[in-house]
Amino acid sequence: MKRIYRIIFSLFCMLLVLAGQAQETLQGNGKPEMAVGMRANGKIYVVVAVVVTILLGLFFYLVNLDKKISRLEKEAKG
Amino acid sequence: MLRLSWWKILSAVFLIYIFIAGFLIKVPKIGNLYETARNLFFHVPMWFAQLILITVSLIYSVLYLRKNDLKKDIFAAEFARTGIVFGTLGLITGAIWANYTWGAPWSNDPKQLGAAVALLIYLAYFVLRNSITDIDKRGRIAAVYNIFAYFIYVPMVMILPRLVESLHPGGKGVEGNPGLSGNDLDPTMRMVFWPGVIGWILLGVWITTLQIRLKLLEEKKLTA
Repeated sequence: MKRIYRIIFSLFCMLLVLAGQAQETLQGNGKPEMAVGMRANGKIYVVVAVVVTILLGLFFYLVNLDKKISRLEKEAKG
Repeated sequence: MLRLSWWKILSAVFLIYIFIAGFLIKVPKIGNLYETARNLFFHVPMWFAQLILITVSLIYSVLYLRKNDLKKDIFAAEFARTGIVFGTLGLITGAIWANYTWGAPWSNDPKQLGAAVALLIYLAYFVLRNSITDIDKRGRIAAVYNIFAYFIYVPMVMILPRLVESLHPGGKGVEGNPGLSGNDLDPTMRMVFWPGVIGWILLGVWITTLQIRLKLLEEKKLTA
C-alpha cells in the first residue's frame, strides 16, 4: 500500500518538474507574461492535471474495491 | 489484506504516464488529424484491451468445455463482460473522433459497422447465458456460443474493414484518408503508445479479477 502511494507521489513530483521546465523555456520568448507554469502552452497542463486527478481517483476507488472484496473473501474463509 | 500485485502497480504507473505524456509530447502532423492524433494513446488501446480480454474469455470457454469446471465458465463470462465495456468505450470514442475528422459521428464505415456488429454478438452472449437457468447447460451452451462469437469478432473488426474501402486508419487507402498507418508513428509516439496498451490491458484484467472474485463469493454463499 505504501509503495503505491510513494509511486503516485513521485509521479506527481515529475509533473511539477515538467511544469517548472516549461516556465523556464517560455519566459522572454515574446509570450504573454502570465503564460508561465500551469498557464503555459495554452494551459494544456491544466488539462493534464485534471485527467491525472480523475485517473488517480479511479485507481483509489479500484484499490478500495479490491480491499473490500479481499475482506469479504477472508470472512468467507474464516 | 489487499492483493496488490506488481502488475496492478504497473498498470497504474503506465496509465498515469500516458495520461501525462499523451498530452505533452509533440505529435507529427498527419493529414487533417492535428492534435487528435493523440487519440491513438486512448482510443486504440481500448480495442487492444478488448481483443486480449475476449481472447482470454475464449480460452476459458475452451477450458470449460474440456474440464467442465464451473469456475472456468465464470472466468469466461467476466472477461467477456469487461471486454464489452472496453469495446463500447472504443466505439463511442471512435464516433467522437470521427465527428471531427470524417465529418459525422456515424458514417456507416465498414470499421464502425463491423465493430458494432461484433459488440452486438457479444451482448447476445450474455442474453443467451442469462436466459438459461440450469447451470451446466448454461455453461456449455454459453461456452460454445462464445467460441463462435470470437471467430466472428475477429473478421468483423480486424479483417473485413481492411479488405474494403474504409476511412479508418488501416483501411484500404482512399486518397485523403485521414488516418494513421504504422509508418506514421514516430518513435516518441511508440514510446507512449505501447505502455498505454499494456496499461489498459492490465487495468481490464484487474477489473475482471474483481468481478470474478465477487461472483465466486456469491457462488459460495449460494452453495453454503
